[in-house]
Amino acid sequence: MDWFLVLSSLIKISGFTFLVILPMVALCSLAERKVSAYIQDRVGPNRVGVPMTIFGAKKDFPLFGLIQPLADGLKFILKEDLTPKHVRKFYFWLAPVLTMVPALLTCAVIPFGSYLNIGGREVKMVIADLNVGPLFTFAIASLGVYGIVLAGWASNSKYPFLGGVRSSSQMISYEIALGLSVVPVLMVFQELNLGMIVEEQDRNGWLLLPLWGEGLSWQRWALLLPMGISFVVFTIAMFAETNRMPFDLPECETELVAGYHTEYSSMKFAMFFLGEYAAMIIGSGLIVTLFLGGWSIPFLPTAELAKTTWWMGLLHMGCFLTKVAAFIFFFMWVRWTLPRFRFDQLMRLGWVFFFELALANVFLTALILMIVKR
Amino acid sequence: MAYVVERPKLSFAEKLYFPSILKGLKITLGHIIRLMRGRTKVTMQYPEEKWDASLPAHYRGAPTLVTDEVGRERCVACQLCEFICPPRAITITPEQIPTEDKWAKVEKRPREFKIDMIRCIYCGMCEEVCPEQAIYLRKDYAITGTTREEMVHDKKRLYELGGVREGLVNKWNELK
Amino acid sequence: MPQPLFYLFVAVMLGFGAAVVLLRNPVSSALSLVVSFAGLAALYVSLNAYFAGVLQVLVYAGAVMVLFLFIIMLMDIREEQRRKINKVAVVGGAALVVGFVVQLGGVLAGYEAGRKPLDRVPLQLAEAAEARRAVGNVSPGITADLERGTLPDTKLVGEALFTRYHLQLQMVGVLLLVATVGVIVISRREDRVVSGSGE
Ligand code: SF4
Ligand code: SF4
Repeated sequence: MDWFLVLSSLIKISGFTFLVILPMVALCSLAERKVSAYIQDRVGPNRVGVPMTIFGAKKDFPLFGLIQPLADGLKFILKEDLTPKHVRKFYFWLAPVLTMVPALLTCAVIPFGSYLNIGGREVKMVIADLNVGPLFTFAIASLGVYGIVLAGWASNSKYPFLGGVRSSSQMISYEIALGLSVVPVLMVFQELNLGMIVEEQDRNGWLLLPLWGEGLSWQRWALLLPMGISFVVFTIAMFAETNRMPFDLPECETELVAGYHTEYSSMKFAMFFLGEYAAMIIGSGLIVTLFLGGWSIPFLPTAELAKTTWWMGLLHMGCFLTKVAAFIFFFMWVRWTLPRFRFDQLMRLGWVFFFELALANVFLTALILMIVKR
Repeated sequence: MAYVVERPKLSFAEKLYFPSILKGLKITLGHIIRLMRGRTKVTMQYPEEKWDASLPAHYRGAPTLVTDEVGRERCVACQLCEFICPPRAITITPEQIPTEDKWAKVEKRPREFKIDMIRCIYCGMCEEVCPEQAIYLRKDYAITGTTREEMVHDKKRLYELGGVREGLVNKWNELK
Repeated sequence: MPQPLFYLFVAVMLGFGAAVVLLRNPVSSALSLVVSFAGLAALYVSLNAYFAGVLQVLVYAGAVMVLFLFIIMLMDIREEQRRKINKVAVVGGAALVVGFVVQLGGVLAGYEAGRKPLDRVPLQLAEAAEARRAVGNVSPGITADLERGTLPDTKLVGEALFTRYHLQLQMVGVLLLVATVGVIVISRREDRVVSGSGE
């Protein structure tokens, strides 16, 4: 057995999930409140810092409220964990886990960096270098619906149930648009390995920004239209999959109290909350990987350099995280701008508009590819 | 007259939603940027910034007892304020002023005067009803304590907060 | 794959498969089936068939079973009552299982190539790449993958489907389309109500 491989995988798994994703989830909850506050001309949480006064100092360090997530977490832990009498116990406990785990599992195939040169060996910065990357993420993400459906059903009361039913129909509908919109992308790359897709973009320009390498050819520019459509449909479907704002019907407060997690409290509610943010982060990661060049630095093809130097790999990781953070900001920005859809509008949009658009886009891409390649 | 509201005809661009979505995004981004650059007025950051300086003259803060210019406590323990107080925050224990006292002709004074600040609703009824103009609402608003007992202001504390108030009623003045 | 893992996943698959039949709550049964599918997917993956494994999860666990669960919940099917055991059916079923296992054993015993443990049969990727080049290198992506030393299972499935079995694929597609259209036609209610007048 190759101990180096095992050890590096372990470090990658624990490092990426526990040191990157989970802290990011925590920071996202803070960022969400900050962004919402800024959009609504408020200040947002800016108090919680290092409580130096407890240790006898004159002043606290406010730290712009960066410790707020810790305070939130503490609050969730200290709250009473209520299990109503009328719920189906086993599934009631299982549901929060089932929303959190798939969200964290999907990060396995997302390349969060290029290579890291550790002691002369180049280590690929992806947990599982599968040849079925996007399919894997869709497969695992589609399991996330179980958590919500079970939560709604196990709660054994009407609002959660309606939330659960809504979410499953919404997720199934938008999964189709999601899957179809990624097909043209895969047709262009002719590759299902997310790592290779990013390396290709590193060499020849991002899918949506073909400005260097082979990307400057007119063929790539001709493909920009279907790729743009793919990007838009994929992003919107991703919003729907993660139950984010214009599509947050499973938990819309004005109609369903709190939707599928109405009956949940304390840490179990926090799991839903965190699962949603984790899904959002992974979704952003996937969009960045497919359309915006993953870890690559614009205009500088640097994959080879990362194999020999140690700092380039770190730089790539930083680049990836920056892009993901920017996209998460976009998620939040949209949430605090757009109102919620009505449910029939949502279904119409998914089935009549995006499904058709994505399907037509596949043929459009095939047509352009046929003209361009011959 | 019956009036029929025409349904607006949407143009293609409007039906696409995207232009208006982008417009909305632009507006919200504008708000973010303006706030980050400090162009937006936001809520006062309370403990650091206070509005004490701009409190209006009629501000109703904590009710307090006052003494007059010669140091006599004005309250004559008539208990009118106790009975008018809507939430019954005031409890007065009256006593007779001993005959050898300089102000014996006033006859009554409060032995103890308690205002429960957890109950008080800062309505100002006590101030209005007092015939002696002995009770006033001052501008203290940050009244805190860690126990219930601490939140009950006794006579000593009330005079501490109230201080001296000159003029107004002179009916117990020797010269009159 | 290490032996213990194989037995673990087989145990998961068979155990939850049995649970589907034995559990009396329909939701529990449906979820057991999902776990069973996951075990099967793991077995596929262990055979280097990532594509089949992922599809197993994506299509069966992720889509079909969600719909099943959906229907079970919407119809609010209650727990099954314990019924008296039908002895003839049990004996018949057991006989069927025994017969099937014996048959399977017979077939497998006669399968010579199966005697060699899988890990003694190395994947001959480089040779395959050479062979592909020799016949004209139809899909360069697959050849490149083979030369890099990875098994392009997804691409191979795609190639087989869209070249050799193209006609069959199209036929299945048309069949499904017809079925879908049929379902829509059947489930469509007669549109007798004039719009706007209410039910
Ligand atoms: S302000 Fe109103 S509530 Fe407070 S003590 Fe006076 S009468 Fe009572
Ligand atoms: S404060 Fe005024 S109203 Fe109250 S008891 Fe004293 S004199 Fe009477």
